[in-house]
Amino acid sequence: MRNVGIIMRRELASYFATPLAYVFIVIFLFLANVFTFYLGHLYESGQADLYPFFTFHPWLYLFLIPAISMKLWSEERKSGSIELLMTQPVELSEAVLGKFLAAWIFTALALALTFPLWITVNYLGHPDNGAILTAYLGSLMLAAGFLAIGSCMSALTRNQVVAFILAVVACFMFLLAGFPLVLDVFRSWAPQPLIDAVASLSFLTHFESIQKGVIDLLYFVMLIAFFLLATAIALELRKAD
Amino acid sequence: MIKTEQLTKRYDSLTAVDDVSFHVGPGEVLGFLGPNGAGKTTTMRMLAGFVTPTSGRANICGHDVASEPLKAKAALGYLPEGAPLYGEMTVRRFLEFIADLRSLTGARRSQRLGHVIEHLQLGGVLDQTIETLSKGFRRRVGLAQAIMHDPPVLILDEPTDGLDPNQKHEVRTLINDMARDKIIVISTHILEEVDAVCTRAIIISRGRIVADDTPTGLAARSRYHNAVSMQLEQPAQLAAARAAVAALPAVAEVEVSERDARLTALPRAGATILPAVSELAVRAGLKLKELHLESGRLDEVFRTITA
Repeated sequence: MRNVGIIMRRELASYFATPLAYVFIVIFLFLANVFTFYLGHLYESGQADLYPFFTFHPWLYLFLIPAISMKLWSEERKSGSIELLMTQPVELSEAVLGKFLAAWIFTALALALTFPLWITVNYLGHPDNGAILTAYLGSLMLAAGFLAIGSCMSALTRNQVVAFILAVVACFMFLLAGFPLVLDVFRSWAPQPLIDAVASLSFLTHFESIQKGVIDLLYFVMLIAFFLLATAIALELRKAD
Repeated sequence: MIKTEQLTKRYDSLTAVDDVSFHVGPGEVLGFLGPNGAGKTTTMRMLAGFVTPTSGRANICGHDVASEPLKAKAALGYLPEGAPLYGEMTVRRFLEFIADLRSLTGARRSQRLGHVIEHLQLGGVLDQTIETLSKGFRRRVGLAQAIMHDPPVLILDEPTDGLDPNQKHEVRTLINDMARDKIIVISTHILEEVDAVCTRAIIISRGRIVADDTPTGLAARSRYHNAVSMQLEQPAQLAAARAAVAALPAVAEVEVSERDARLTALPRAGATILPAVSELAVRAGLKLKELHLESGRLDEVFRTITA
């Protein structure tokens, strides 16, 4: 497992070697604030909490997370460096985990840079800081879920644009799994237990329950584990194509 | 020791590598030859553990590539085709990354890093990003990566492809330097390379081994083996010379090139014709610019075998 750290550090450094990291962080912070103040009406609500901030995270992540995850494996496959990496004495699982963690830490960094909002609400009133911390944790888990899905989509193709689109669509399905838009597709033919199972996969439901202070960690951990495993399987089957 | 047993790789309807078995021992430099698409790269990828064989097995220094992949990979230095690298990294960071993955630590790590940097003359570009390097330097970084952990086995997929003649020479010198204490397999479609570095050559065509011999042995299969080639000073003598040489009993065939007034006499199987031809040249009063004995033409053998 020593290799996980080595691969993670290399990957993380590669984000900052190109403008990608800086562009992403600036856009993330800009959009997060736009959503919070213009769509969430943080000031007008008169409440000293970050609900208007966190409530838009699923939609913010829907497009921004695939932008990070799209290059995880597509780029390695396109440039051929995956052959270099996988012929080092490294387990495939170490590489999958190392790259995923790098992307997650990077997202966590971007999220941590929203701390002025937290300072602002503490300056304006007396928010429930425990709830805010839990909401940050929920947001991180949501990002990790999206990243795991994105990692899998990136492993499926050599083309980063295709990886991006696949990831957005897959994340969108998971986001809205509890809503008629997705459920109607199943309703016509699937038995009720399957429909319930699909509905229970919804990111929004689980994200909101974390926000309310209920830690729905297990759901996210299982989802992440599932998609990372799928990433490894996809790579094992197609890495040399 | 590299050992493959009935290594086979099938993609849907295409058999890329078909029943390939060979052994390579210490001190051998094996040249893997074949036309493009013959299965060279797929075979090397199976040896390196990057492609899983459909059937058969590969073994590196006693470690089965399928059941003990990490041990096999640890004994192996591998340069993938085209030497893919992480372009955004500096040479220094990249080599350190490889040293870490190869579990080199402490004094050994700095010693190996120093060695590969010096050996491949990378000192001047250490802080450049890899994407800004010339093709020759990139290939050297790829080679540095392959020899980082001083592996007993080196597999290099087209190590000189796309390099200029000076760079090719450098890489070949490097391979020759390492040949004494390592097992080296290189793939190439450049035949002069076989003469320059290999002690043995395997020719592969449509996924199958069609020849396995020393470079000299392969050249001996050529029609031009022991042929005598001479260049005349006066092109006017060409026709007469041709008739006279063709009349020699041991000569099977005579080829003439008008452009440079060259005449090549091919011997009958097993015959030696140099004394007879040179004697004839003196007797017939031919003015020669040059006369030499051919050892055989690899390109001609290659074409005959793989066509």
